[in-house]
Amino acid sequence: MIGFENVRKEYPGGTVAVEDFSLEIASHEAVALVGTSGSGKTTLMRMINRMVDPTAGRVHIDDEDVAAMDPVVLRRSIGYVMQASGLLPHRTVLDNITTVPVLRGTAKGEARERARTLMDTVGLDPDLADRYPAQLSGGQQQRVGVARGLAADPNILLMDEPFGAVDPIVRDELQGELQRLQRELRKTIVFVTHDIDEAFRIGDRVAILRPGGRIAQVGTPQEILADPTDDFVASFVGADRGARTLHVEHVDGRDVVVDADGRAAGVLAGADGRLGDGGAADGDAAAGPGAEALATEERPR
Amino acid sequence: MNENPFLGALDWLADPMRWSGPSGIPVRTAEHLGYTALGVLVAALIAVPVGLYVGHTGRFKGLAVGAAGVARALPTLGLVTLFALLVGIGLTAPLLAFVTLAIPSLLAGAYSAVESADPATVDAARAQGMTEWQILTRVEIPLGMSLLVGGVRGATVQVVATAMLAAYVGSGGLGRYIFQGLGSQDYPQMIAGSLLVIVLALVLDLALLLLQRLTAPRGTVAP
Repeated sequence: MIGFENVRKEYPGGTVAVEDFSLEIASHEAVALVGTSGSGKTTLMRMINRMVDPTAGRVHIDDEDVAAMDPVVLRRSIGYVMQASGLLPHRTVLDNITTVPVLRGTAKGEARERARTLMDTVGLDPDLADRYPAQLSGGQQQRVGVARGLAADPNILLMDEPFGAVDPIVRDELQGELQRLQRELRKTIVFVTHDIDEAFRIGDRVAILRPGGRIAQVGTPQEILADPTDDFVASFVGADRGARTLHVEHVDGRDVVVDADGRAAGVLAGADGRLGDGGAADGDAAAGPGAEALATEERPR
Repeated sequence: MNENPFLGALDWLADPMRWSGPSGIPVRTAEHLGYTALGVLVAALIAVPVGLYVGHTGRFKGLAVGAAGVARALPTLGLVTLFALLVGIGLTAPLLAFVTLAIPSLLAGAYSAVESADPATVDAARAQGMTEWQILTRVEIPLGMSLLVGGVRGATVQVVATAMLAAYVGSGGLGRYIFQGLGSQDYPQMIAGSLLVIVLALVLDLALLLLQRLTAPRGTVAP
């Protein structure tokens, strides 16, 4: 469990990155901190492994104040994945992954063996083990970054916009893989992003931050979508633009979900995963322009 | 003896008598190299740790840059004379001058080596749990090694080219030929001495350039 208690961060010169932030993150929970730049989300995340020390308040892990821990020992016990991977350019993929276990004193052979297993876990071709980071694609580098974050089998994984620098298709793939990994590993994940869709996809809970680390709303994606606390949240999640307001139209016996602009968003399935039966009688009458295309192409969103 | 002093210098160099004995070219070259190595080594012991510290912490950078600039501006011949007046004739005075001459390049090489590491890479290394010493020795120095060797190269070439001043205050080295030639108006000998210094400087420069290439971190240069 990670706890923030009335945490404040003020830099010399008077810039306040975080005013007064409190949040509890349960073990095995993935929490996404989402906000625009200047919301203090990265600063907050870096307080967990003492890359940033708060000016006031405290951060604790399992009721132990991190301020009392040796930062080096603390950091080796927490996985950290950053944007643009932050890999050591002069070390091979395998040596990058084994960085933390080797620092912690694991025998090199053992660390390498585990690193090879991890490469498989994160979907990396074993042939890449002896390559240098510059010889990999952006997506591959991020996978190495994730493998490195997991190498010492930490309970906590901090992820700072890890997929921000890769193209949308690869990002989608990596997000899916992270979801799969999290189902298997059940780490406590703190995930920083400015992309609300990514936050909703990764986070069991999502904290939407205003500038200065002020929490606009915390909750599950469902809770936030169902009941945005104010206009800021509504605007952030896109509810005010109608992007989140969907309605059902019946097309050729199926329930097609259409957004506020009339664009087809998908096909409605029942709780059992089967496609809903919209009833043939009113199907044709409700077909909108977008829905028509979907009915013929089964076009995904 | 040849009328043209350049051809005379070649004749002088071609004389087998010059290549043996205690004042022969091999011994003088070895002395010259020894002074250079000693000067660069002592300077490195001072300047490299300071440069690494300045580069890693970012502290005292203005002071280091300023001090290096001042040291660069000092005239070496003046320094040799000054030190000789203070500590007497011998090797100490020119060595002190060579150390002063070598420090700016070494200092600049060391701190620019450390500074050249991508801040994001250093931040990531720290976040993984490397100590500051591990960041310096396993990340910053390996990544900046060729710049550090570049500093050694600059210092070495400057000192080797200046080490003939040791003979000015009574020591050996290739400067002996130059100052002897100067004293007796033996221009072929002077030119021969100068040519030897030039060749030595070029050879060292090339050797260190090669070392600089070899120490470029793998993975950061095109395969």
